[in-house]
Amino acid sequence: MSTTLETKKNVAIMFAGDSGDGIQLTGTQFTDTAALLGNDISTFPNFPAEIRAPQGTLAGVSGYQLHFGSVEIFTPGDGCDVLVVMNAAALKANLKGLHTGGIIIANTDGFDIKNLKLAKYPDGVNPLKDGSLEKFKVYEIDVTKMTRTALADSGMGTKEIDRSKNMFVLGFIYWMYNRDMSNSIAFLQEKFKKRPDLIEANLKVLKAGYNYGETTETFNARYEVKAAKMQKGEYRNIMGNQAAALGLIAAANKSNLSLFYGTYPITPASDILHELAKYKNFGIRTFQAEDEIAAVCSTIGASFGGSLGVTASSGPGIALKGEAIGLATMLEIPLVICNIQRGGPSTGLPTKTEQADLLQAMYGRNGEGPVAIISASTPSDCFDTAYEACRIAVEHMTPVFFLSDGYIANGSEPWIFPSAKDLKPIKVDYAKARNPEDAKFLPYKRDEKLVRPWAIPGTKGLEHRVGGIEKENETGNISYDPDNHELMVNLRAQKIERIADYIPLQQIDNGPAKGKLLILGWGSTYGSIKTAVIEALSEGYEVAHAHVRYLNPFPKNLGQILSNYDTVLMPEINSGQLIKMVRDKYLIPAIGFNKVKGMPFTSTEIKNKIVELLK
Amino acid sequence: METQQAALSAKDFVTDQDVRWCPGCGDYSILKQVQTVLPDLGIPRENIVFVSGIGCSSRFPYYMETFGMHSIHGRATAVASGLKATRPELSVWIVSGDGDSMSIGGNHLIHLLRRNFDVNLLIFNNEIYGLTKGQYSPASPEGKITKSSPMGSIDHPFNPAALALGADATFFARSMDRDPIHLREILKRSNAHKGSSVVEIYQNCNVFNDGAFEVFTEKGTKKMETLFVETGKPLLFGEGQNKGIKLDGFTPRVVDLTSGESANDLWIHDERDRVKAQILSRFFDDPKKENHLPRPFGIFYQEDRFCYEDALNAQIEDAVKAKGKGDLDALLRGKNTWSIN
Ligand code: SF4
Repeated sequence: MSTTLETKKNVAIMFAGDSGDGIQLTGTQFTDTAALLGNDISTFPNFPAEIRAPQGTLAGVSGYQLHFGSVEIFTPGDGCDVLVVMNAAALKANLKGLHTGGIIIANTDGFDIKNLKLAKYPDGVNPLKDGSLEKFKVYEIDVTKMTRTALADSGMGTKEIDRSKNMFVLGFIYWMYNRDMSNSIAFLQEKFKKRPDLIEANLKVLKAGYNYGETTETFNARYEVKAAKMQKGEYRNIMGNQAAALGLIAAANKSNLSLFYGTYPITPASDILHELAKYKNFGIRTFQAEDEIAAVCSTIGASFGGSLGVTASSGPGIALKGEAIGLATMLEIPLVICNIQRGGPSTGLPTKTEQADLLQAMYGRNGEGPVAIISASTPSDCFDTAYEACRIAVEHMTPVFFLSDGYIANGSEPWIFPSAKDLKPIKVDYAKARNPEDAKFLPYKRDEKLVRPWAIPGTKGLEHRVGGIEKENETGNISYDPDNHELMVNLRAQKIERIADYIPLQQIDNGPAKGKLLILGWGSTYGSIKTAVIEALSEGYEVAHAHVRYLNPFPKNLGQILSNYDTVLMPEINSGQLIKMVRDKYLIPAIGFNKVKGMPFTSTEIKNKIVELLK
Repeated sequence: METQQAALSAKDFVTDQDVRWCPGCGDYSILKQVQTVLPDLGIPRENIVFVSGIGCSSRFPYYMETFGMHSIHGRATAVASGLKATRPELSVWIVSGDGDSMSIGGNHLIHLLRRNFDVNLLIFNNEIYGLTKGQYSPASPEGKITKSSPMGSIDHPFNPAALALGADATFFARSMDRDPIHLREILKRSNAHKGSSVVEIYQNCNVFNDGAFEVFTEKGTKKMETLFVETGKPLLFGEGQNKGIKLDGFTPRVVDLTSGESANDLWIHDERDRVKAQILSRFFDDPKKENHLPRPFGIFYQEDRFCYEDALNAQIEDAVKAKGKGDLDALLRGKNTWSIN
């Protein structure tokens, strides 16, 4: 029987299985290959909340969604076209996301009585057999048996053999999408450099998967996704947290500061620590503190000493850091605080995403302690945003929040990586040494940006004291004077406001510069809004999209932009936070569009809202 | 490195700020002793940093003409850790109180000690919360009547020496505000020690806890109640040093040297002996109890152990040796790239 080759513009595949099934590896391998073949891509891993949930259970399902195409791709996909499931639980957990008519590739071995029971299917029910999947194309493959057969005379134990099941699936999907496997072959050769037997075994299974598609007559369709017309340049694939780490390193490098990263492990921020800890040869000092408070306080100590001080956490940890961040607003020293947001409040949904810590960043301190806030919109944008957070922190001597979230932190996309020389310079001048005959050093004397000098220990003649008690203007001495307090509160606020003079103006991402509807987003909703707006525009709707990176202060022209549209719609993965800030500042009747499910918006949800508003 | 042109004097460490402690507070003496000792240490003034938390004692940095940070409650140890990790050449002094260091900052205290940053930690212990006007502290004795414990505190107090040694402190000493000579000597020794040096200083809060340590400081009782330890010397105390301490296995026993007991088999102090230091740290009886042991002063213990900042910086050097100095372009490029033309 001959197979047909069908060309697709874009495909979303969900790989799902037990956390021990090697799902993430299968997903990333297919992703890397897709990227190398010139597809645009976006990915999102879905980890189980429990580290080692019992095998075969719903709680133990690990997923990896990949969206790739010959067109521009901005999200990992609203749902998926292909669902690869290693067991019954994986099917149950992900079936909802599969488009009607989609393909299911099921490992039949994962649908035995035990697995069906673990997935909580009623006794005697097997979804592969009961006709409930007739809206889909189901391909059943006994992956376990095939893998064992392929390695029958390898001399390996069953347990070890079963570990390469994922390679069979990968090989098969490569066949289905007509892909070259050389990238994965090279990867396996490198990964198991020290175990030639494992290289051989994995390659054998990978090829067996590919050949299975080729030789069995079950599959009569193959698909092709051509290279995308992407911006010219040299690309790599990057995950959000990895990009954030690189942004921090780059900022330290360009500013000639040494990077100190004080942190305490927390999901989903820890990967930044893991990444940075690898690069000690860049002079990076990572400090795994005893708790969140020590993490930020040690960072303040490092920053006082002249390092680029960065601390990171997620919502619960940021709550603990609040008092110290307030101290940094009084000390007026650089401090970058990364908040990789997750579902809250309290412990909330550690592995799920949310944008609900914006007001915490904005107001989460006692007294009036303004800070700068910027947010990343896509995985690769974490690089630019983290870099920019460092620049603002050291050039404006202030704490800066870098907001990301679990969705983009763990998601990945192709990135035209910059070259070091093209990065915006970061200007740092420590205060200079003084002689006894010079005028007295005034640690809180400000420049035109209202910024005070960074006077680091070890500099002769600059001995001075800072602290959390209200400062006297200029001298920095303790002062309880009422007028001075008001002056200082205002100065600290104006200093943050003045940052607006040193950041880019707000751009319209897409759509007309004036008109009926503006979608104003921030953070990780970028991809869904972008996709929805492109679609709506192509259907003739008068809608524009602006995405705000600088959340405090806002770009100077933001108010002007908002006034150019009849309606402003603000989608947020929270109950309405940026909208409060926008309404407060610009007194406009912006409309909120909110989702608080620990899940990102789908582009369809946004698109439907656009249509509803413009009907 | 540049050398100091003129030798510094205590005066050079005095700031233009009015000292605001209550008249008669023990803090004055401590400030004076620190200002007196610093010029002798040969450290350029700009390389000295005082970091404090919150409390009466924590105003200290404002009165020291060095770099200083008056941070937040309990966190001076954490701030100092980050500073020392990145600027190991600085001389970092942490000033804290019993509440600041052992209550709100207890966690950071023990972690500072196990990491053994090379810093000096001065704990002004007045067994009370002074700045908040007189509540019991984690060092207040059981039954202590204060504003927040009108029927007597039911908190069992920390024993700072045992706490520090339990957290593997590499240096612990005790001194007091009323013994300037001893305090100056201990400050010098603590500075000379490479590693986290804890100096517990009994400090009289004459407003909220006056006389908490008077049995150790007043003429009438001092000789009987205090035991000044020095390496190589026997443990002697009392009028004319007429009493000694003998170790009976692991049990310390007071011997009366006037009643014919030999001074030859007395406990000889050795600040490098961890087991003996542990026993010494337990000389913590309520002086009102009968047959109690005298309270030790001096250096209980010190050991040499690597400092966190040195290990951290050694790892950086090793990484540079192994991989070469970081190349930003190579890092940004990563391992897998592709081009679209
Ligand atoms: S309250 Fe006590 S410790 Fe505080 S300054 Fe007054 S006397 Fe000293």
